[in-house]
Amino acid sequence: MIADLSLALAAGQTHCLLGPSGSGKSTILRSLTGLAAPIRGEVTVLGRRVEPADAAAQREANRSAGLVLQHGGLFPHLTVRDNVVLPAALAGWSRERVERRLTELEALVGLASELRARYPRSLSGGQRQRVALTRALFLDPPLLLLDEPLSGLDPQSRTELQEEMKRLFGSLARTVVLVTHDLPEALFLADTITLLDRGRVAQHGPAETIARHPASEWARAFVRSAAPRWRHMLDLVDGESAR
Amino acid sequence: MTRASFALGIAFAAIAAALGCQRAQQQPAIRVASLRDVEGQVLGELLAQVVESTGEARVERRLGLGGSGVVFAAFHAGEVDLVPQYSGTLAEELLREPALTDFPTIRLKVEGLGYEVLGPLGFNNTYGIGVKREVAERFGLRRISDLRGRPWRAGLTPEFRDAVTGLGAMVSTYRLALGDVRTMEHALSYVALARGDVDFVDVYTTDATIRARDLVVLEDDLDVFVRYEGLVLARSGFARRYPRSWAALGQLVGRLSDSTMTRLNGEFEIARRSPSSLAADFLASIGIARSTARSEVAADETQWLRLTLEHVGLVAVSLAMALAIGLPLGWWASQRPAVAKTVLSLVGVIQTIPGIALLCFFIPLFGVGWEPAVYALAAYALLPVVQGVVTGLTQIDASLRDVAAVLGMTDRQRRRRVELPLAAPALIAGIRVAAVINVGTAALAALVGAGGYGTLIVTGLALNDWRVVMLGALPSAGMAVLIHALFAALESRASRWR
Repeated sequence: MIADLSLALAAGQTHCLLGPSGSGKSTILRSLTGLAAPIRGEVTVLGRRVEPADAAAQREANRSAGLVLQHGGLFPHLTVRDNVVLPAALAGWSRERVERRLTELEALVGLASELRARYPRSLSGGQRQRVALTRALFLDPPLLLLDEPLSGLDPQSRTELQEEMKRLFGSLARTVVLVTHDLPEALFLADTITLLDRGRVAQHGPAETIARHPASEWARAFVRSAAPRWRHMLDLVDGESAR
Repeated sequence: MTRASFALGIAFAAIAAALGCQRAQQQPAIRVASLRDVEGQVLGELLAQVVESTGEARVERRLGLGGSGVVFAAFHAGEVDLVPQYSGTLAEELLREPALTDFPTIRLKVEGLGYEVLGPLGFNNTYGIGVKREVAERFGLRRISDLRGRPWRAGLTPEFRDAVTGLGAMVSTYRLALGDVRTMEHALSYVALARGDVDFVDVYTTDATIRARDLVVLEDDLDVFVRYEGLVLARSGFARRYPRSWAALGQLVGRLSDSTMTRLNGEFEIARRSPSSLAADFLASIGIARSTARSEVAADETQWLRLTLEHVGLVAVSLAMALAIGLPLGWWASQRPAVAKTVLSLVGVIQTIPGIALLCFFIPLFGVGWEPAVYALAAYALLPVVQGVVTGLTQIDASLRDVAAVLGMTDRQRRRRVELPLAAPALIAGIRVAAVINVGTAALAALVGAGGYGTLIVTGLALNDWRVVMLGALPSAGMAVLIHALFAALESRASRWR
C-alpha cells in the first residue's frame, strides 16, 4: 500500500526508485503503465494522464515506454530476434526498417547477432538482459522502465551491464525509471533517487545527497547497510574517522 | 476470424453433420436388435431376414448389443422395433414377476404393457448347470442336488448371478455352499471350465458348445429354473404398421425346436458360418424365401473397412465435441482459479465412471447406436482436454502478461501471440491423452450398437475365438499408437522453445 505519494520526475534523466523489498517501488513503476491503478489520485506520464480503465488508450500510450523486468521478461516461445522485433511487428513496421533498426541496436547494446535464432532459455542471464534492453529500445521510446533488471546476475556481468547502461543512458538522453534495492547501483546509474520505505517517500533528491546526507534515522540505516565496499564512504557520512 | 474460432466452427459443423446423418438414416426402417451372445446374433439375423423377405421396410440391424439390460433400455427409449426375447426374461425384467412361468399369461401381461408378442417359437433356452464329463463321473454328479456338501468353484454369467430364478434360487433351494464364485463372459466360462479353473458353469440349454465340449448338464431335480421360451417382442403398433412383416414372422412360431436352435447356434459358433447365410438357408428350408442373395465373402472384406471408418468416426466426432466444449470451458475456468478447481473436479467425476456404465447411462436419453456412444466418449475426453487448457494457461508467468500489456498488445494479440503458443504443449498433451483414451474406450461402443472395432471383439468373445478378438483389438491398439505418435510429434514441435 502506497500512501500520500507525490513525485515529479524530470524528463531526460535517470531516476531510481530505491528501497528494500515491500517498499512499493515496483508498484509505482507498474502504475506508470496502468498495470497498477491508484485508488485515489492520478499518475501523469509524459504529460498524459495514465488511464488504467481505458484499455485501448493506455495501450497506445504504452507504446511510448520500453519495459525490462528482472529476468528480462522475454517470451520463452520466441527466438531472440522475434522477441526483439516484436514491438516493431505490432507497430506494423516494414521489413527493411526492422532489419536496419535491429542491426543498429545490436551494435549499440552489444548484442551478438549470432544469438538471433536462439531461444531465451539457452541464453545467459546477461545476454537475456541485453536482449530485453534491445527490445525495450526498439521503437526508440521516450521512456524506459527497468524493474530490477540486474538483480539475479553474477557480479561480473552485473558490473559489465551497469557500465553499459550508464553509457547508453548518457548517450540516449531518455527518461529512465530504474527500480532497484541496491544503493551502489542506484548511485552509479541515477541522477536522482527516490528512497522508499513501506510505501512512503523517505527521501527524494540528487543521488549524491541521498548517500551523503540521509534525511532520517531509517534512511541512515538503509544507506549504512549497503555493500561493504562503500563502507569508507559511509564512515565519512557519519563523521567518524576511518581506521 | 482467429484460428481457434475457425477450428471450433469446423468441430460444430462435423457434429451437426454427423448427427444429421444419424437422424436421416433412422427414419423409415425396422430396427432389429439382439443380445450379444451366439443365439442372440442368430435369432436377430433370422428376424431381420424374415422382415426383409416381405419387402415391407428397410431393416436396420443392431445385433449383438450388451446384456438384456441394454436391450430393454433401448426398447424403452423407442430405439428398437423388434427383438428376440425369452419368456423368463420378460417375467423377471419387464413384468418384475419372476414367479410367472405360464407363456399365455406372460404374453397377456406384456401385451397389457403395450408391447406385442409372437411365440412361442418352439425352443426353451433355460439355464442349466454344466460340468465336465470326467468330473461328473468322478463325483457321481447327475442332478444339481448332487452338488450339495462341497465348496464347488463356479464361473457364472452376470445375468445368471443376478436373476431371481438364477444363482440365488438355486443356492437356497438346493441348500448349496459354494466356494469361489466368479462372474465372466459366457463363452469364456467354457474355457475356464475346460482349464479346470472352475468346477461348473451356467449353460444355456441350447448352446451347441455343450455337446461339442462333451459337458454333462445336471438335472434340475427341484425345478428351480423357469422356462426361457423363445419369442419375438415388438413395439406397440408394429403389427398394424407392418402387417406383412408381422404375418411372416408368425410363420416362425413353433418352427424352432430345441434341437433346431442348438443346430443353428452350432453352425455359427462351431462351424463358423455367418449368421446371414445360415439364417437364409434355414428360412429357405422351412419355405420362407430368402431375401436377397447376399455375398458372404464380399461382406467380410468390406466389413473391416467399415469398422475402421466407424471407429475413426467415433473417435473423431467425440474428440471434436470434447474440444468444442472443453476448450472454452477450460479457458473460462483458467481465468478464475477457484472456478477451475470446481470445474476440474466435476469433469474428473465423469472419468471415474467405468466406460461401459457411462455408455449405458446415455441410452435412456439417446437410445442405442451411434449417439450415446459419441456423447459418452466426448464426456470421457473432457477431463484431459480441460486439464490441458487450464494447466497450459495457468502455468504462464504472470509477468509475461504485463510485458504484453506494456508492449501495447490487444487482448486478442496477447491470446494469439503469447497465451496460445505458451499453452500449446500442455494443451496438445491433453488432446493426445483424450484421443488415446477414446480409441480404447470406443471399443466398448459396440456393446451399445455403435459399431467400430469393438464389434469384432464382442463377436470374438461370444464365439470364444481369439483370432476374431485380435482382428478388432490389434488395429484398435495400432490406431492408439499412431494417434499417440502423431500428437507427440505435434507436441514436440510446439515446445521447441522449452
